[in-house]
Amino acid sequence: MEDKKWELRLYIAGKTEKSATALSNLKKYCEEHLKGQYRIEVIDLMIKPQLAEGDQILAVPTLVRKVPEPIRKIIGDLSDKEKVLVGLNIIPA
Amino acid sequence: MSKSKKAGKRPPAGRRLQKTLTGIAGLDEITAGGLPTGRPTLICGGAGCGKTLLSTEFIVKGATLFNEPGVFMAFEESGAELAINVASLGFDLEQLQKAKKIKIDHVHIERNEIEETGAYDLEGLFIRLGYAIDSIGAKRVVLDTIENLFGGLSNIGILRAELRRLFHWLKEKGVTAIITAESGEGKLTRQGLEEYVSDCVIMLDHRVIDQVSTRRLRIVKYRGSVHGTNEYPFLIDEDGLSVLPITSLNLAKHVTMERVSTGIPALDKMMGGKGFYRGGSILVSGTAGTGKTSIAAYFANQTCAEGKRCIYFAFEESPRQIVRNMRSIGLDLEKYIKNDLLQFHASRPTLHGLEMHLVSIYKLIKQFKPSTVILDPITNLVTVGLMSDVKAMLIRLIDFLQDEQITVMFTALTLNSVVSEQTDEGVSSLVDTWLLVRDIESNGERNRGLYVIKSRGMKHSNQVREFIISDDGLDLVDVYLGPEGVLTGSAREAQQIKERTGIALQDYAINAKDREISRRRKVLESKILGLQTEFESTEEELNKIYMQEELKKQVMEGSRQEMLRLRRGDAAADKNDKKNGR
Repeated sequence: MEDKKWELRLYIAGKTEKSATALSNLKKYCEEHLKGQYRIEVIDLMIKPQLAEGDQILAVPTLVRKVPEPIRKIIGDLSDKEKVLVGLNIIPA
Repeated sequence: MSKSKKAGKRPPAGRRLQKTLTGIAGLDEITAGGLPTGRPTLICGGAGCGKTLLSTEFIVKGATLFNEPGVFMAFEESGAELAINVASLGFDLEQLQKAKKIKIDHVHIERNEIEETGAYDLEGLFIRLGYAIDSIGAKRVVLDTIENLFGGLSNIGILRAELRRLFHWLKEKGVTAIITAESGEGKLTRQGLEEYVSDCVIMLDHRVIDQVSTRRLRIVKYRGSVHGTNEYPFLIDEDGLSVLPITSLNLAKHVTMERVSTGIPALDKMMGGKGFYRGGSILVSGTAGTGKTSIAAYFANQTCAEGKRCIYFAFEESPRQIVRNMRSIGLDLEKYIKNDLLQFHASRPTLHGLEMHLVSIYKLIKQFKPSTVILDPITNLVTVGLMSDVKAMLIRLIDFLQDEQITVMFTALTLNSVVSEQTDEGVSSLVDTWLLVRDIESNGERNRGLYVIKSRGMKHSNQVREFIISDDGLDLVDVYLGPEGVLTGSAREAQQIKERTGIALQDYAINAKDREISRRRKVLESKILGLQTEFESTEEELNKIYMQEELKKQVMEGSRQEMLRLRRGDAAADKNDKKNGR
């Protein structure tokens, strides 16, 4: 697991409180569990709305795990750490 | 475009609700101009009732007919699936997408792919939709079926709040939107979406009655607008969806004085010498085997012979059968079929429901633009609907045909030959002309009698005519009214022969009398001649006697003078005496 690269994408819509919370939560979890193996790409749909369709984004914030496959999605402000880690398959369920 | 149309139609409508034409046949009529412009409309109904189709057609028609681009947000099917599904209706979604006329956005929600943690909103959906709308300048939006969100997301509280926001947002965007939803138990929609979308709600329904399915549409509400409140049957066929208003709102029909021939000269004569009114409706009723189809075929033949078009809807026989059968009475319908003047449409009444029949009739008439339509026989339609339904259907059909100035002829089978006034599917009061063909049974044979029971607005014969079908075609013959009553068929023939014999005999008798008279005349003439001769001889006799007398007198006078001369002297006195004595 350690040598795998994690590609995470966080879709937000403007600098809202929810997106800020989500981003800070995500960074915190990644630093704790995936230090040095991850890359977070933040996509603001307000700026690039055309990207919403590709990843089937409905809700914001949405975290998409592009790599490793399969794609996983977590929506919400990522406040539940346990759920996020399980959802991203960082820790087993 | 539709906005300006609407505004143009109703001048004082500045503050009136603006409407957007859907382009769906019939729907614009019952909504009095379409869906509310710039507002969301909810379309609800059970599975397979045509929600997706209606909304797709709304988008496609908008793009193709009204130049209003549209966004179709599909929550159920992918764009490719949708394109395939509607390709059978002749909608080319691919092409329209390429032309930037429409945009299909498939929203895929898979519950097991999504984990929810903490607060979120559906801004992503808004952005997507907003982007799609802006990218093609859409005026129309369809969300089909937005309730799928409830299956994909578990936080109902957020979802409801977001949906409410979405509908507000759609209004602000000023797009005319259709939101589809499954109907739920006791509610219009499963998730109670009618709470949010309250401007216009249309309910679709798919019912099966007596194994015949009928789709119906009802406008549950339409804020700020008049609308038809009835359930309107609608139909999905290869041209999409068509709704039909049950009754037209008024009876203000255009009428004409123009007449059309029936194709049977003798029948024309019965109808004031000219035939039916164009645009009128004619009912030909009669018991089995009385020649109703033949009358109809003659009418069709006449129409085509005049170079006009005719559609023949056959519910009993196949077209080939009719063509063959009519050939036996001297009609060649085949050539008109080839000329494209005559179209046959045969379908078993049970093939589909009444509405479907009606709609398919409508459509064919719209396409073919005939001047005559024949339905043969309407009686069979009862097998697929209640009497009242059939009547309602025929009223609508007659209304429609009258509007189009198309003459229609129905044939109907009367089951009871005794009651001639039996109303045939109750249409007899609707039709303008009612011909009744009846069996007249006498002397062990069956003959056909034809009456004109009614014919509005024209002088028509009150006579019963014998209706004869022969190799040469149809003809009407005066029945013989004699001391023995009405005579038809061979009895009439016999009577005619009898009459002809009578005339011959009479002729002969007159000749004989003539000869007799001339003979007697000759006899009398000869008698006169005889008498004349007799008269002459008698006269001669008389003359002879007279001459003799004269001679005698002369002789006697002579001899008396002689005697006087001899007795001279005393003879002067004697002379006076003798004269007196004589």
